[in-house]
Amino acid sequence: MINYVYQLVSPQVFSIKYQDIDFTGEVIVRPRYMAVCHADQRYFLGQRDPKVLRKKLPMALIHECCGEVVSDKTGTFRPGQNVVLIPNTPTIPDDIVFENYAKGAYFLSSGHDGFMREFVNLRPDRVVACDGVPPRIAAITEFVSVAVHAVTRFEMISHKRRNTIGIWGDGSLSYTVSCVLAKLFPESRIVVIGRNERKLAQFSFAHRTLLTGEVPEDFEIDHAFECCGGEGSYYAIDDVIRYINPQGTLMLMGVSENKVAINTRDVLEKGMTLVGSSRSGRADFERAVSLMQESAFQNRLNSIIYEDRPVSAIEDISRVLETDLNTPFKTVFRWNM
Amino acid sequence: MIFGAILAGGIGSRMHISDMPKQFLPLDDKPIIIHTLEKFLLCPRIDAIYIGVHPNWLLHMQDLVDRHVPQYRDKIHIAAGGGDRNETILNIIEAIEKDFGPSDDHIIVTHDSVRPFVTLRILDENIDAALRYGAVDTVISATDTIVVSEDGKVISSIPERRKIYQGQTPQSFRMSLLKKLYLELSEDEKAVLTDACKICVVRSTPVRLVEGEVANLKITTVSDYKIAQAMVGGIQID
Repeated sequence: MINYVYQLVSPQVFSIKYQDIDFTGEVIVRPRYMAVCHADQRYFLGQRDPKVLRKKLPMALIHECCGEVVSDKTGTFRPGQNVVLIPNTPTIPDDIVFENYAKGAYFLSSGHDGFMREFVNLRPDRVVACDGVPPRIAAITEFVSVAVHAVTRFEMISHKRRNTIGIWGDGSLSYTVSCVLAKLFPESRIVVIGRNERKLAQFSFAHRTLLTGEVPEDFEIDHAFECCGGEGSYYAIDDVIRYINPQGTLMLMGVSENKVAINTRDVLEKGMTLVGSSRSGRADFERAVSLMQESAFQNRLNSIIYEDRPVSAIEDISRVLETDLNTPFKTVFRWNM
Repeated sequence: MIFGAILAGGIGSRMHISDMPKQFLPLDDKPIIIHTLEKFLLCPRIDAIYIGVHPNWLLHMQDLVDRHVPQYRDKIHIAAGGGDRNETILNIIEAIEKDFGPSDDHIIVTHDSVRPFVTLRILDENIDAALRYGAVDTVISATDTIVVSEDGKVISSIPERRKIYQGQTPQSFRMSLLKKLYLELSEDEKAVLTDACKICVVRSTPVRLVEGEVANLKITTVSDYKIAQAMVGGIQID
């Protein structure tokens, strides 16, 4: 069958690749809802290093997607079943390392075509059923799974005194991590530190929100999550090191194009643990879906989702990416291609 | 119920490159008609697919189904094509009514077997519009200026381009409506009205438009075939 793959060929320019795909032995999914990630924007706007762009483009964008199974020869899923798609694809089994860090793993929408296709063909282990989750919310499952992965690792690594957890950043990632923490660590106080008062107002479930410049001198946290990325990483990490209690764990989640200077003297003095956390694997998707099946959790996520008009023609792809530049949190859209 | 009708009654007289009808020529690693059929198979709303094939090629078509999509054998029916396009459609309608019984609710999505680049969106929009309006044609806006000449020597008129579209397929209908209109035609009309949508138009039945795709080309000539090969990145066959 000839599949339509909607590729970014150069910044802001899309074209169609016609690709013959075999649908024997794999799950064929029709994408229905997608969500935009900052990583997509960096390609769309040409903000990646020109060498990286030359190497990775043409490529279909989008790695946050839910869809409907249309064919599954393996019998794992039934036709019509709603599913979410895992962009991370491990190739070498590894019992020690998480699949999202494993050598040989590749990621759809980073060097391989993402989900902007007419049909997506995947191995059954790269597909997770999401019954009971409305499609517009299921679209951001990958994003939630990244938060779940970080919180799962935090659970494994951090010491047990988790009275106060600080989350730096006021965007979608910070919001989702805070939601997951509030759910999985109900005894902990969640304090969110951000730059934008209006965005911080969205964190109604946090015990406290603080503007970056207004953090009191005696402020203390046991552990922290850095969800800023970019230029904000340096200031966030520096703040965390200042306010964190001894042997606290800092989960690093924001992506930065440039190297970030870190006050290692105080990291050493406090015996801190710095943990890098990126992407997610199947177990995280499953845990994310089980959280998202609860209506209260759905409602929380719903408040950061802006649904743009559907994409029904190739010109609409640029429109949703441009819309996303002006929405404060997550942009989702129905995929009618 | 919703039925796909893939029209493959042709014998490839325009290709001059093969003894085989063009729908059976390979595109990448499988015949063109299998690509088309696979797209119909992945449209969950289509309940059964009928392929109208020239009587000489019925067995060949069955072999292709068995080889390429054996798991869908129950969903695929092969019918003998007629002398022209509309006769093939009518043969398919009769086969459907024999298998499933007549019903005013049946929708038929007719499609050229040599348009393997059809998309699921086009199929979906055809079905939606056929359910709502009864008759649908798939078109794209004309990019070339269309010139009308009554005598083939001088221009009679040049229609305004924004009103001109190029017809593609699918063409989809409420099955009972199409059958009724076709059976009302005289023999002379049948000889002239080779396009199913035109039957509706001359009988003042509105036909809704669905936007096609430029890529949804009809592989009719050697050039088309070479373009299609290039589009899927396959090897060109001279």
